[in-house]
Amino acid sequence: MTSTPTADAPATFALRSVTKSFGPVVALADGTIVLEAGRIHALVGENGAGKSTMVKTIAGIYQPDSGSLELRGETVAFRDAAESKAAGISVIYQEPTLFPDLSVAENIFIGRQPKNRFGFVDRQAMRRQAEALFSRLGVPIDPDRSAEGLSIADQQIIEIAKAISLEARVLVMDEPTAALSGVEVERLFAVARSLRDQGAAILFISHRFDEVFALCDTITVMRDGAYIATHDAKEITVDALVREMVGRDISTLFPKTEAEIGDVVLRVRGLNRDGVFADIDFDVRAGEIVGLAGLVGAGRTEVARAVFGIDPYDSGSVTMAGAPLRPRSPRDSIAARMAFVPEDRRKQGLVMDLSVTKNTTLTLRHQLARFGLISRSREAAASREWSTRLQVKTGSQDLAVSTLSGGNQQKVVLAKWLATDPRFLIVDEPTRGIDIGTKAEVHRLISELAGRGIAVLMISSELPEVLGMADRILVMHEGRITADFPRAEATAEKILHAATTDAEVAA
Amino acid sequence: MSRVTLAASPTRTHAPTRTFFRGASRTFASREFSVFAALAILLIVTTVANPRFLSPQGTKDLLLNSAIFVVMAVGETLVIISRNVDLSVGSILGLTAFSTGAVYSAFPHMPLIGIFVVGIVLGGILGAVNGLIVTTARVPALVITLGTLYIFRGINNAWAGSTQYFVGNDPQEFGNLSAQTVFGIPLLALIALAVTVIFALYLYGARSGRDLYAIGSDPVAAELFGIRVRSRVILAFVVSGALSGLAGVLYASRFNSVGADTGTGYELQIVAAVVVGGVAIFGGSGTVAGAAIGAVLLTTMTGALAALNVSKFWQQAIVGVLIIAAILITKVISLRNSRRLRVSEAKAPGAAADDIEATHV
Repeated sequence: MTSTPTADAPATFALRSVTKSFGPVVALADGTIVLEAGRIHALVGENGAGKSTMVKTIAGIYQPDSGSLELRGETVAFRDAAESKAAGISVIYQEPTLFPDLSVAENIFIGRQPKNRFGFVDRQAMRRQAEALFSRLGVPIDPDRSAEGLSIADQQIIEIAKAISLEARVLVMDEPTAALSGVEVERLFAVARSLRDQGAAILFISHRFDEVFALCDTITVMRDGAYIATHDAKEITVDALVREMVGRDISTLFPKTEAEIGDVVLRVRGLNRDGVFADIDFDVRAGEIVGLAGLVGAGRTEVARAVFGIDPYDSGSVTMAGAPLRPRSPRDSIAARMAFVPEDRRKQGLVMDLSVTKNTTLTLRHQLARFGLISRSREAAASREWSTRLQVKTGSQDLAVSTLSGGNQQKVVLAKWLATDPRFLIVDEPTRGIDIGTKAEVHRLISELAGRGIAVLMISSELPEVLGMADRILVMHEGRITADFPRAEATAEKILHAATTDAEVAA
Repeated sequence: MSRVTLAASPTRTHAPTRTFFRGASRTFASREFSVFAALAILLIVTTVANPRFLSPQGTKDLLLNSAIFVVMAVGETLVIISRNVDLSVGSILGLTAFSTGAVYSAFPHMPLIGIFVVGIVLGGILGAVNGLIVTTARVPALVITLGTLYIFRGINNAWAGSTQYFVGNDPQEFGNLSAQTVFGIPLLALIALAVTVIFALYLYGARSGRDLYAIGSDPVAAELFGIRVRSRVILAFVVSGALSGLAGVLYASRFNSVGADTGTGYELQIVAAVVVGGVAIFGGSGTVAGAAIGAVLLTTMTGALAALNVSKFWQQAIVGVLIIAAILITKVISLRNSRRLRVSEAKAPGAAADDIEATHV
């Protein structure tokens, strides 16, 4: 077997029946994909379908438990990212991975900077090459500035520049467009197509079907960590893809129960934070679920954090049931019966090493204490009650929450906040990284809470979730609310259009 | 492609002047410059108050006293930039300084070069132990090197017992090292300067040196990007150990007597010098030059306060204030930068970079 590709050379890169587990959690049950030179291959699937695990396996960060990786027909094993890079594989991750202290140019070339004749990094050449890359991408980024404080879109562009400069034979892009505007997406596509025409094999992951169909030649669908099917892009419809991705009817996934909508609970007027968001006006009523949609980086989480009093704002007001809330005071917000379930439950929502009981009762410490000491039996009783109500599946209440699945962890976070009896609840990406089965349970819970008269603000990047759950949908784009749709009027196309106002194509 | 040429040419016309001004303003805004300014002010004020402070002998003492700290601070800088810390440097200095005495008592005719090789290699091995444990156990270096601080010191104690070696005049040529001058500058200071220049160039220009900044800036991203994090971090610890070993040899030459507690407590002074010199304690930014100036500043401070008849007790408090001030300045600059970036980027996307102070290197 030769390693030089010929006319009928084997596929450039292939994963065959790769599996990967983390403890009891199976992240990848059957990772199979065949990337061919000169073709752009889309990988679609819901969050938690195993796409990112597959990407990290290709990148050499995860080592598969079983199955094989093949490069030009030969089995390969990567021990780390450096080895996969040396093999000509370049990966753009979902989360940009830049070095904030280094200059933009150095971020692109770190580890392979151009050298001058003394063997030192040639900064002039490095800047020139970075400038050339940016002009090819058509973006005005100063190569000398530090990467700290760059917008997510600019960070993503630097990642792309990095990948291009590597002249990779295999390019993997894990949701590269999530934070980009329409023009930037078009530019990225032009670059991807020219790389493809030069014979690169490209793997493209996106949640936006319009992009998948505009760019890709082949589409592979994954569900629950397993390979489902591969199609020629010209021979499949969006509906058929969605059916394969979801594996069941969407309507049963989001069991929204109708709730009686009451008075305004939370009122936000003219909220402004320079450079982050501006002119934010909205109300949330009792029993209402307001969906907050938009692209990553549109400022949704920032608004929620300012409303809850974690971050400061420059002007505007937040009122809970008629009483104004002081900015920068989460304590006031909690006292006013507000609750905030953050996006990153591992870092912000839970103390991973503490037991289910301790985590659930974390917000109740004062109520449970007698003479300043927390009663263990009352703590256990309170925790049991909430765990039962939310159907948290755990071997024992005393197990550390880190042993639970993502969905059950999320239920513990919810339980923790529900125990404070809130009137207004903010949930940020409530089902990110949660398997499909538990997802529906989290949705049922949120819907039930609204049914009991709690006002809910739900930030979500998943359109089906927003469409299925929300009574009203606000869309943010670049720090402003660009649309406000009642449930009946909202469609995926309208939301996407409002989320990317300068996108030429919304459908 | 014609659009590219059009877009690129105006930038090129302005580039030299813009780069010059930006370069100049970066120099003055840089942390190294402000530490240097603090050092200059301190020297001027002290000399005005007590002219004997900068007499030829006073200057020479200052340089000799600084030299050993500078050498150690340079090694510590590499470690701290990679988001680690080496607390064992004082113990490594002690162990190598004592070895110097032991080697000379066993081989009185050891050539000078041999004793330097012994010190540097022994220090490097001890540093490698630090690096291997830190990267294998994946436990914060603070804890590991706190452990090796005691282990190395313990070995030194067990080995030395109550033995003291007086190597400053036995052999005489070794003791003379610290008295020699080249064009009036003490040899030790020149060694420290050479070490600083070599590692300044390394961190500025070598790929593996740049990797250290990347690792300290974001270790996870460095791993994702395929940087050999483990070997780079081990290298930083080896350099720190080897330079502490070199410092141990210099110490033996300069201070004559070495025993069980030589170098005790140096680690905190070294970390202080590095931080005061503008190296971020959580890694990713700072320079060897800054750390070296920081080491000179702290040494000068001690001398200056003595020259000004300030009580010894206040000297420590003032060093403490300097450390906290250095950290607060870093924090304020980075907060101000991020706010300015946020606001200016919202107003004019892409045009924000020009008025930002250089916090990166």
